[in-house]
This record gives sequence, structure tokens and C-alpha cells, in this order.
Amino acid sequence: MPHRIDVTTPSDREIRVTREFDAPRDLIFACHTDPELVQRWLLGPPGWSMPVCEIDLRVGGRYRYVWRSDADGSEFSFYGEYREIASPERLVHSEWMAGAEEAGESLCTLVLTEADGRTTLTQTMRFSTVEAFDQALQSGMTDGMGMSYDRLEQMMEEQAVR
Amino acid sequence: MLPAYDLDTIFAALADPTRRAILARLATGEATVTELAEPFAMSQPAISKHLKVLERAGLVSRGRDAQRRPCRLEVEPLVEATAWIEHYRRIWGANYQRLDDLLDELKAGRDTPSPPAGTRGD
Repeated sequence: MPHRIDVTTPSDREIRVTREFDAPRDLIFACHTDPELVQRWLLGPPGWSMPVCEIDLRVGGRYRYVWRSDADGSEFSFYGEYREIASPERLVHSEWMAGAEEAGESLCTLVLTEADGRTTLTQTMRFSTVEAFDQALQSGMTDGMGMSYDRLEQMMEEQAVR
Repeated sequence: MLPAYDLDTIFAALADPTRRAILARLATGEATVTELAEPFAMSQPAISKHLKVLERAGLVSRGRDAQRRPCRLEVEPLVEATAWIEHYRRIWGANYQRLDDLLDELKAGRDTPSPPAGTRGD
């Protein structure tokens, strides 16, 4: 059964994703900080791979991820700097999208809490401005629209049954 | 451009169980304030107050008929408000599913050195 994934907006410029894993948090931390491991799962939309993953894991050290489309070879990339490293529970880094620097710097905070061998992962992205946040939301809008209708229908059915 | 609709107003409107129940009722067809008030242990003015919040969020519209002014559900703002959440849910859902597989592999690798390959209880 797929795990439940929660997406919330704790403030007017933050997106938070919460998810549980059946694994100890040191493994999950490694999967976020070891380039060879990152390249195997952090792939984004279907049809994209991550040919470049550079990580200099120290405070002030930089990272760079490059994704490439299998279909037409087009690329996009994110880069930034590590701000806080508290293995295996907390990782904070800045994030810029190459070619879209005008959107400003986002701050990504990963928090891992473990209980009974299971880990709750919380990933929070804080955008530099409300405008940058709205833009990010907007870019996700078209893609989510179809599914959103389905979910809405489901939500209405659930409400009606009560 | 994002919304015509203000997401904060929409989410605030959706945060109340009575208002969600009103929307669920309206999903089955339009209704007057009197009809909406019936299933709730609430006065008509109280229901009207909730309706005002829903109207301001663009989730409910009122008919022109001066007497009845039936309430109608407006779906578009709801869809817009939840569409981007679906986007993130889908992208991250797929990533984290791959991470699940990778973690299983790493856990198995971590287990093998000690006992010879065998089945573990759980």
C-alpha cells in the first residue's frame, strides 16, 4: 500500500511535504547526502534522470543537481549551499533554480524523526517572497488540475456519506 | 496569473466543518438558506453568516430570484486551490516511492553481513 503523503502550506510562502518511511533515519539522511544514492530516487517528473549530482557536505559547502529529459535532452538544475548539517536528523540548504535566479533563494529544511524503526520525514520549502511562492504554485497548477477534480469528487462523496 | 481567487480566503473558508457540510449539501444541487439550515442545529442567521464566508471565497453563488435566492456550489476555485497540492503530491509521491525501494535495498545490505542469508521474522 502506498504511504500517505501530506502537502500543506504552513505560511503564505512555505510548502511542507510530510511522509513516513519504514526505515531508520540515518539511511534516509544518507539518501539525501550521498550523491550516488540521491541520483537513484530524486528524479522529479517521469522521463527525467539526474546525470549530475555534486555534494560538498559541510556548512557553507555547495551542491548542484542537474536533471535531463530522456525525450529531448533538455536540462534544468538546482544549486545551493548547506546551512545546517545535523546528521541524521536535520539538514538545511539554500536553493536556486539555474536560469531563474530572479525568483530568489528558497530555503529547504529536512527534518527526520524516528520512532520504533520508522521515520517521519518533513521537507519544508520556504520561498523568498510570496510572489515566488505563487509562481511555484501556479507552475504546478495545470499538472495537478485533472487529479484535483478526481480528489474533489472523492471528498464530496465522503462528506455526503457522513 | 494565479487566481482570480485568493487561496488564503478559500482555505480559511474550508477550515470549518459546518461550511464543508454546506458545500457537500450544495454538491447535490442548489438550495435555499432555509433548506440549508434544516439539517443543522443552527439558526438561519448563523447559516447566513457561514454562507457569506463561502460567498466571499467564491465557493458559493446566490441566485437572482429575489424571494428564494438559491445557493449554488462554485467548483472552479476549489479545483484551483487544490490543483497545485496534487502536483506536489504526485511529484514527491513518485520520488518517495523510489526512495522506499532504495531504502529496502540498503536495509537488506546492512542486514546481510551478520547472519548468513536467511529469512527474517518481520
